[in-house]
Amino acid sequence: MPITEADVEKVAQLAHMEITSEELKIFAPQMADIVSYVEQLNEVATSNIPPALGGFTPEGEATDSARDDIPAPSLGQKKALAEAPDAAAGHFRVPKVL
Amino acid sequence: MSEITNDIEGLRRRISSGTITARAVVESSINAAEKLNEQLNAFLEIDQDAPKRAAAIAVPERALAGIPIAIKDNICVEGMQTSCGSLILGNYHPPYNATVIERLLGAGAVVMGKTNCDEFAMGSSNENSAFGPVRNPWDPTRVPGGSSGGSAAAVAAGIVPVALGSDTGGSVRLPASFCGVLGLKPTYGRNSRYGLVAFGSSLDQVGIFARTTGDVATVLGIIAGRDEHDATTADVPVPDYLAELSGDVKGARIGLPQSLFGEGLDPEVRASVEAAVAVYRDLGAEIVDVELPNAQYSIAVYYIIATAEASSNLARFDGVRYGFRAEDAPRLREMYRKTREEGFGPEVKRRIMLGTYVLSAGYYDAYYGKAQQVRALIKDDFRKAFASCDAIITPTSPTPAFAIGEKVDNPLAMYLNDIYTVTANLAGIPGISVPCGLSSNHLPIGFQLLGAYWSEPTLFKLAHAYEKAQPFTERPPISE
Repeated sequence: MPITEADVEKVAQLAHMEITSEELKIFAPQMADIVSYVEQLNEVATSNIPPALGGFTPEGEATDSARDDIPAPSLGQKKALAEAPDAAAGHFRVPKVL
Repeated sequence: MSEITNDIEGLRRRISSGTITARAVVESSINAAEKLNEQLNAFLEIDQDAPKRAAAIAVPERALAGIPIAIKDNICVEGMQTSCGSLILGNYHPPYNATVIERLLGAGAVVMGKTNCDEFAMGSSNENSAFGPVRNPWDPTRVPGGSSGGSAAAVAAGIVPVALGSDTGGSVRLPASFCGVLGLKPTYGRNSRYGLVAFGSSLDQVGIFARTTGDVATVLGIIAGRDEHDATTADVPVPDYLAELSGDVKGARIGLPQSLFGEGLDPEVRASVEAAVAVYRDLGAEIVDVELPNAQYSIAVYYIIATAEASSNLARFDGVRYGFRAEDAPRLREMYRKTREEGFGPEVKRRIMLGTYVLSAGYYDAYYGKAQQVRALIKDDFRKAFASCDAIITPTSPTPAFAIGEKVDNPLAMYLNDIYTVTANLAGIPGISVPCGLSSNHLPIGFQLLGAYWSEPTLFKLAHAYEKAQPFTERPPISE
């Protein structure tokens, strides 16, 4: 099913992006092209193939490499807030939520 | 004339013998960057304090003492900007160094600048930078390749001996081939991505540009290895890569996937890569036929997986913790939407939306699940192929560098540039692009060697043997 402008609008909303009507006109056919291109994967038989997930060990297999959860010094409040567009009283400040 | 015409070893020799100071080397690099940037637009920041830091490098025995290095602007260097070629990061200055930067600094390297790139490393031509395209030093009307185009151009133009980039689908190897330098994408897990701004987390690797195989090997030896800040780094010993360089490739088996030399491949590129194959044959390597039957699906798989991962990774750019925030948005949700609308460029928006689409309810299995299954088949193709050969040779790109503007209106045509490179990222294997000559209109051509997991020593050995047999000594018209 080809991607329509309505699909693109919905996806933009899901991705928290505003989208102009000019952008919509450009993106919709481009995305339709790309999606119809990737649909060539449907011709590949994969019914018994497990998906490739995870990292790689020397053998190329998935690996569990989680480390122990040990507290250690991190950036600290001052550095963590230094690049924020708006911060106050040790917090990030954002516009009204409701 | 720049002082940076030598490789790392040559520069170090001159520094330690007192022929030149580390400060003068770095100064020369900065001057070259300042002078050439008007034409190349390769740098987004040039650090005028770098020579001072070079003067303070205390231990001249260190492997990179006083060596100037350029860093792609999506890798965090404390005290410098990290824009990722995007407006959404505003004037972001990261409060920490990437692990690869810590290791380079520990070896005495001097970061002299941050290089221009496609926005969030999304692109094959460097035309997606919010700060204008980088120009190819061989022909400024052409692209340098992307997404690490600034780093490739800086090394090609002789501004620095080495530079770092990132390679998610070919973003080091492709610009390396377009600019006539070497470009390595290491094995997934070989080096840390801590401090590399994430694009596709199952694909991203920090890669290296240089003009000699020895320099690529030196830098990899420094940045490779386990890092507790990146759980995907593997606990695999880091060999002495320089010790692995030797001229002798007699008996090495090089796989030739004939099916990848067909439709869409520029005849001059084909001839040039076939000539490289002949060089290896003359050096005593055995050329064997290999098949990669699922490679034809790699672009389709890649643009599902990479966009899906990007849509998730780029959710963090919301105008709250760092970077740009849109004005006149009195409500939080509106602020997110306006910030992302104004902050991201068209290619990034396209990929975020594609990724959101393929992950959205009802489509996940059909697109993402399917792509991960075909990815498993592509991995398996390589496993089988490497049972009968030590490395696989292909072109790096189907064509030499194309004109600026030529493909900007057709994203799908642009994506197809990555046909030879994306497979390595999907499989997690290493790949290196090696310059192998110039086209009739004087543009560099590169071939790519792919190897099994952790086979960087084999790739270096092969690249080095070629470099000795067929030295690529031509310099681009825009260079020091």
